[in-house]
Amino acid sequence: MTVSTTERQVVFPDRPAGRWQQIRWTWENALIVTRREVTDSLRDWRIMTPIFIMTLVFPALSQFGANLMLNFVTQYGAELVGERTIPFLLMIVGFFPVSLSLVIALETFVGEKERRSLEPLLSTPLTNLELYIGKTLAAMIPPLLASYAGMAIYLTSLLFGELAWRPQLMLIIQIILLTTAQALIMITGAVVVSSQTTSTRAANLLSSFIIVPMSLLVILESIVMFSAPDADSPNGILALWAILVGLLIGTALFIRIGTRIFNREELLASSLDVLNLRWIGGTFWRHFRGAEKPGPVAWYRTEVLPAVRQLGKPVIVILIATLAAGLLGWAAGTYSAFRLPPDMAMSSEELSSNFNNLFELGAHPGSVLLAVWQNSRVLLAGTIMGAVSFGVMAVVLEILPFGILGWVLSQFAALGLDPALFFAAVIPHSLVEIPAIFLATAASLRLGAVITRQPEEGRTVGEMWLIAAADLAKIGLGLVLPLLVIAALIEVFITPAVVRMVLGAS
Amino acid sequence: MEPGVMIEAHELTKMFGTFCAVDRVSLQVAAGTVLAMLGPNGAGKTTTVRMMTSILRPTSGRARIAGYDVTTNPVEVRGHVGVLTEQHGLYERMKALEYLDFFGRVYRLDQRMLRRRAADLMERFGLSDALDRRLGEYSKGMKQKLALVRAMLHDPPVLLLDEPTSAMDPQSAKLVRDAILELRHDHRTFIVTTHNLTEAQILADRIAIIRQGRIVALGTFEELSRTFVGVPLMELRVRAPLNGLTAQLSSMVQVTETGENWVRYRVEEPELTNPQIVRHLTAQGVDVVTLSPLQESLETVYLRIVEGGDEEARP
Repeated sequence: MTVSTTERQVVFPDRPAGRWQQIRWTWENALIVTRREVTDSLRDWRIMTPIFIMTLVFPALSQFGANLMLNFVTQYGAELVGERTIPFLLMIVGFFPVSLSLVIALETFVGEKERRSLEPLLSTPLTNLELYIGKTLAAMIPPLLASYAGMAIYLTSLLFGELAWRPQLMLIIQIILLTTAQALIMITGAVVVSSQTTSTRAANLLSSFIIVPMSLLVILESIVMFSAPDADSPNGILALWAILVGLLIGTALFIRIGTRIFNREELLASSLDVLNLRWIGGTFWRHFRGAEKPGPVAWYRTEVLPAVRQLGKPVIVILIATLAAGLLGWAAGTYSAFRLPPDMAMSSEELSSNFNNLFELGAHPGSVLLAVWQNSRVLLAGTIMGAVSFGVMAVVLEILPFGILGWVLSQFAALGLDPALFFAAVIPHSLVEIPAIFLATAASLRLGAVITRQPEEGRTVGEMWLIAAADLAKIGLGLVLPLLVIAALIEVFITPAVVRMVLGAS
Repeated sequence: MEPGVMIEAHELTKMFGTFCAVDRVSLQVAAGTVLAMLGPNGAGKTTTVRMMTSILRPTSGRARIAGYDVTTNPVEVRGHVGVLTEQHGLYERMKALEYLDFFGRVYRLDQRMLRRRAADLMERFGLSDALDRRLGEYSKGMKQKLALVRAMLHDPPVLLLDEPTSAMDPQSAKLVRDAILELRHDHRTFIVTTHNLTEAQILADRIAIIRQGRIVALGTFEELSRTFVGVPLMELRVRAPLNGLTAQLSSMVQVTETGENWVRYRVEEPELTNPQIVRHLTAQGVDVVTLSPLQESLETVYLRIVEGGDEEARP
């Protein structure tokens, strides 16, 4: 027996000091985990059977479907529909195996937790980051390889088969990149879900928050591929590039959350399985109301204003995004493809006449309510969308009108219209409305992004989210709503007068 | 950290929300000794072990394992500790060799050393014949032994074992106990949490009893026994019936039980009083057959401590 000697047989090595050596060490450790997990997945028939079917059977089915459809639509002279279906099916052939990565990711994390094999792994010298990278790669490699294999089979059959399809190379590259990005976002999202649940059942239920938006995205991508005006461009479809960028941003956010919350403590202790409405309601209300029964002035002073002070960084982000959107709108308007068609362009007289017709309708108190309602519901929609998209969609929704305004201004310039009219129609109520919109969007962004940050000591992610929600409610009711009312009053009663003044002057 | 101390905890505390799972635990374990940690389910033993392996971050307090701080040097701590977790949690689709190979790589063992240690340990625990079998086919006891092999694979100076023999037959349990004693002899340091009090008594140099997150007793068995059960109990056996001698003995010691030719008594200082008693009896022509201490069982001590509600007693 040579197991035990007073002198230890093995000495655990120190981590290397150099930066690159450390990075190498981290990857080596991560790949040890990846190799084990991938081997384990390859031995699991529940994973391998669907991968095998989707890799081999689906491309054949798609190829058969593409042939059938092309032949059918050609009879009616609609070859375009058939041609656009082929790349769409390529994307689908790639997407199905990739969707399995979600199952593997859930199995890799929460399955291991459930089988109690996680703790021995957590007791090893592997760092949280090494475990995160190792497991994420392990969840991604088999389905992604299957996806590439499936797409290769499908492409080969199209390129060298009966159809002899000759697609734009860039479109194929876009589809491959989109498939990879979809796998990335699903897995990084699944890691977040897995690390916050204690059972595969709960993880599977929560994974619908990933698979449903992804399915919607695939539908959107298919619409884009069918209807994009630049579908035959050698540079690929612009909208698909935009979606790719969006997916990569989403992935980066998920990775940020994942690396923040993927720690040993959370993995062993956390549970989202219990829905405690009383606690949720109590926490929200406590942070919304603040101190014991404060008066309105004290509430503004001790609750609303401190909540506004938390919005420094989000406001800066929104300012930059808004400026960028405005400039982008302006720049787009200078391209001939996005210019107002000549038959839709108006002269100064026509524009004045339109404004005058509008003013003849008169200023009604009902219009004030309508303006408040319109702005409120848009901001509410932004808040809801932001809450499920780390705040990104709240910002997107907020900057869209500014992009349009930039574009409109560029059209004013292109048509030689007086920009004073534009500013007169926008600025008076915007002086109040824009701060309100910025405040609401910043609070929504904070609410969405709060889960990407390390919770404060002694608080959970859920608690941090509820505090941000309470802050949003305070700002919404205490500041944004009153400002929107004032802005609507200005828009209905003052802005028309200013426009009239400018029209009169011109 | 004092020289020779491998495990040191100072006021180690863990809160989960408002629940205090471990409350200001302080202890020291010297190199080459075994500390048995006893306590009811949910007392905080596993949480303490998890903090000592840097899996859980202490809410307050500090701990050093093999010279490394559990909060600031978690990787080094985990590299120098072998852990047997409460649930062995093996990868059931893997073979034993693959399993050990995986953990060996994680601990950066070179392949030659890894194979040698894996073979030696598997042989030590009677698993040589099962090296090439999938772990899903292992019995509960075999799995437990393999988990121990995993914990010992990188030859750690500190081993934290949670219920090391819980699923084992008596023969296997003895194998494990022997291995622990052997490694202790070679200056490896152990914390063993167990509900098996006999095992704790056999293995442990010192015993910590933990209740509601706090260490309520810490010391050698003899120290705990004296503190929580009372002064030592002696049994005297003589050749002839005692007759009136019991009354005489009662004036010297606290007699607790008597028989025809034996008597049990408690005595504060046996090293002084017992020779007097023997001299007294011999002088009276009574032949003393045996005079020996009666050991209280650890169970008696444990139950006295856990049920007794003694707030804190550290001999």
